[in-house]
Amino acid sequence: MRPYPRFAGGIALAAFALVAAATKMDAPADAAFDIRLKTLESELRCLVCQNQTLADSNASLAEDLRREVRELALAGKNDSEIRAYLVARYGDFVLYDPPLKRTTWLLWIGPFALLAGGGALWWTILRRRERAAGFMAPTADPAAEARGRALLDDGEGPPRAS
Amino acid sequence: MIPELGHFALILALLTALVQGTLPMLGAAMREPRLMALARPAARAQFLLVALAFTCLAWSFVANDFSVQNVATNSNSELPLHYRVAATWGSHEGSLLLWTLMLGGWSFAVTLFSRNLPAPMLARVISVMGLVSAGFLLFLLFTSNPFERLVPAAAEGRDLNPLLQDPGMVFHPPLLYMGYVGFSVAFSFAIAALLGGRLDATWARWSRPWTTIAWSFLTVGIALGSGWAYYTLGWGGWWFWDPVENASFMPWLTGTALIHSLAVTEKRGAFKSWTVLLAIIAFSLSLLGTFLVRSGVLTSVHAFATDPARGVFILAFLAIVIGGSLALFAYRAGKVGLGGAFGPVSRESMLLANNVLLIVALASVLLGTLYPLFLDALNLGKISVGPPYFDTVFYPLMAPAAFLMGVGPLARWTRTPLPELAARLRWALGVAAATALVAPFLLGRWSLLVAFGLFLAFWIFATTAVNLRQRLLASPRRGVLAKLRANSPSYYGMILAHLGVGVFIIGVTLVKGYEVEKDVRLDVGESVALGGYDFKFVGVTPQPGPNYRALTGTVEVRKDGRLIETLAPEKRIYNASGQTMTIAAIDTGILGDRYVSLGEPVSADATNIDGPWGVRIYLKPFVDWIWMGAFLMALGGFIAVSDRRYRLALKTRAARGFGDAVGHAGAD
Amino acid sequence: MKTVRWSIPLALFVVLIAFLWIGLGRDPREVPSPLIGKPAPFFALPQIHGDKPLSTAELRGKVWLLNVWASWCVSCRVEHPLLLQLAKAGIVPVYGLDYKDKPDDARAWLAQNGDPYTASIVDRDGRVGIDYGVYGVPETFVIDRSGIVRYKQIGPLSVESLQEKILPLVRELQK
Repeated sequence: MRPYPRFAGGIALAAFALVAAATKMDAPADAAFDIRLKTLESELRCLVCQNQTLADSNASLAEDLRREVRELALAGKNDSEIRAYLVARYGDFVLYDPPLKRTTWLLWIGPFALLAGGGALWWTILRRRERAAGFMAPTADPAAEARGRALLDDGEGPPRAS
Repeated sequence: MIPELGHFALILALLTALVQGTLPMLGAAMREPRLMALARPAARAQFLLVALAFTCLAWSFVANDFSVQNVATNSNSELPLHYRVAATWGSHEGSLLLWTLMLGGWSFAVTLFSRNLPAPMLARVISVMGLVSAGFLLFLLFTSNPFERLVPAAAEGRDLNPLLQDPGMVFHPPLLYMGYVGFSVAFSFAIAALLGGRLDATWARWSRPWTTIAWSFLTVGIALGSGWAYYTLGWGGWWFWDPVENASFMPWLTGTALIHSLAVTEKRGAFKSWTVLLAIIAFSLSLLGTFLVRSGVLTSVHAFATDPARGVFILAFLAIVIGGSLALFAYRAGKVGLGGAFGPVSRESMLLANNVLLIVALASVLLGTLYPLFLDALNLGKISVGPPYFDTVFYPLMAPAAFLMGVGPLARWTRTPLPELAARLRWALGVAAATALVAPFLLGRWSLLVAFGLFLAFWIFATTAVNLRQRLLASPRRGVLAKLRANSPSYYGMILAHLGVGVFIIGVTLVKGYEVEKDVRLDVGESVALGGYDFKFVGVTPQPGPNYRALTGTVEVRKDGRLIETLAPEKRIYNASGQTMTIAAIDTGILGDRYVSLGEPVSADATNIDGPWGVRIYLKPFVDWIWMGAFLMALGGFIAVSDRRYRLALKTRAARGFGDAVGHAGAD
Repeated sequence: MKTVRWSIPLALFVVLIAFLWIGLGRDPREVPSPLIGKPAPFFALPQIHGDKPLSTAELRGKVWLLNVWASWCVSCRVEHPLLLQLAKAGIVPVYGLDYKDKPDDARAWLAQNGDPYTASIVDRDGRVGIDYGVYGVPETFVIDRSGIVRYKQIGPLSVESLQEKILPLVRELQK
């Protein structure tokens, strides 16, 4: 067998060395409340901006809404209650994470349905090629087969004159 | 005088483009060599005229000619020179002129590098590009004239939006447009092939370098945009799934699929119809992006000022160009015929799977971007679709594609025995899994998502290493250098681009997994600790700038007591517009960035800048790997294109012979 | 036969164009109110003139308009003449919600430009505005006898919006 183990060891060592040299990060333990608010606000929309989150916007309405969110959180409301509070006043537009309802069913299911469809298409094409191809079996001439194989495997260009 | 000259040049360019768009194509249909011969001179003349118009507009900006409406709205005499030049494309009209210039430039390039193209093919390609150019010139002249005069002339300009007064503005739009517009070449080749009825491996060979260069430019353009947003917007975000960002990302995804599909068509004559369709879709998405950005249909920070008339015009243009292309495709694609056969485990099947994943991802991004519009149009209410949706949908779709990136290059064409493939992959799998399991601990905190991302990245690295090693071992030449030289630039381009994807994945994974931030109020002299670093707020002093007044903060960064960097975040108030900008200060490093920006002064008296301030501090591990990865991808693309087989005339005869053989094997 | 399969992209594109065409006529930044058909949020706020607070309870039994305005709002000047005409015609009482404004500035503005409001309440920190889903100024709500919100006008009132939507609705509700 080829010396894979040594090669593997070398790559792994290099990888570990690189990663070990990385700065250690503290877990964000302090100010968890602020982080929770920040995360929540980054999924809410600033209504008067050109596509910005509530967390990032400097607009005065955004400041007011951040104040509301903070007060609701301090009063013990959980994230979905806060979201519901804002949706009751501004509609689903204020959520960057579209809720799953009848009108957004297509949005959420769509990509996965497309994936399933794509997979089915892939499979169908494969089957059709397999069926259509009578010449999947090797040719009678082993030399020609080898040359063809070499062309396909090695270079990526046409046969050179030399 | 100069603006009128520019305007006149545009009118002449339109007439030339109309000639360019019709006569050569007619010549190809009627086999009339003299008409076909008009292609090159018409395309060149059109480009020179548009370049003249562009120069006139740029001149007006540089010379502070405020009698031109566009200059008065977007410039200012205090604006530094390089920003006055960049302001040429800082507006809807100017950027559209840039678009048209790029289109002309690409047409010009095609006339230069097409010596081995048969005349009818070249004529059709140039004509299609001419028609698109004509459309844009009509749009410019009738709805978006950049040379509109302001009577009476303004004494001073309104200034370029401060957000755009940045080196990013000098580079990002031109490079982005080079990519966006560059897909028009692949598109034109596809249309020309459909028109001519000849679609074979040779066509793929011609298209491939054009597509790859455009894709590389687009990669750089998008990366620059992302990096610019990162350091300019003040909160360290680098991608927001904003409609305009998506408008550039969708052609990129399609372009990636197209490059891979062209590889199969060139090598095996397979996937012809799909490749043509992808070429049409890629440029169609570029055009759609142009519509979305300028029509007011979607809200975006990047959107230009909108006007319903413009939206209608672009929509009509879209309908004609894309609709016409897809109609031609529907009519002709069925006649193209099947290419080479392949088995279920083969490079073709892997590439096909890769393309399916890319197309599904692209369709999902399109769905998410347009969904609010769909619902609103059907009176089903207003919703927002933002990062939570796109992140949830996109990453699961791309993960398998990243995995396939390791499998595909190791699979053989036509068929690969599964045990052989598995043997090659086993080692890579082990390395990747081991790294993924252990590395997060070393970085501070284990997380499944981080482990998964690292697994994909190291999978790509390991499989690439296996591929390279295998190539070298299989080579009959002696000596490592000779073995390396035996491989083509095309091969190394692929290796580099794939490595770039791995680097990119590491950046995204680690920054999302481990970034931390602190938003605190700091007194002068007060410090705050974050992630092993110590940030000391020294104070804020006023400083004058070329066309703004700045409040420059000083923040000292220390690690283990040693001062490693002094950062100077700013708040700038621009003289002309009065707008305030927050300029972050970043200490960049290979292993991560320390990112600081100023909030607001928090004294009782809000104008007291010598008191405490709100300061935002971010630690962004490995964030620069995101853009490093993108640049590696683009570099890989540029290297791949330098492959001699695309250029030398000597190879042409052999190429034609080979191409014809493969073409006929699968021809109609 | 094969043409059918290859026509799918074209068909999808036609659908897309249709949607984009309709989209051109829509404003993506307009946020429709989820309060239509729901009870008007409660408020009890001090008025601009006098010290007696005004609450929604007192407004039951009549149809009324709530106009969100402020002395710093530029577009409010555009609709102000219409409000004055409306007040003079006496068809429906208009109550003002002085949004995030200083009462002194508000009083001065009304003194200068005319006061069409039956009463104006002061919402200094914008909380009542948030309850009503206010995201810009001016906005106008139509509320019926039972205190249910029936219509919201986003942006300044215009002759068209009054004649075609608001006044017919008010007359209907007043029957």
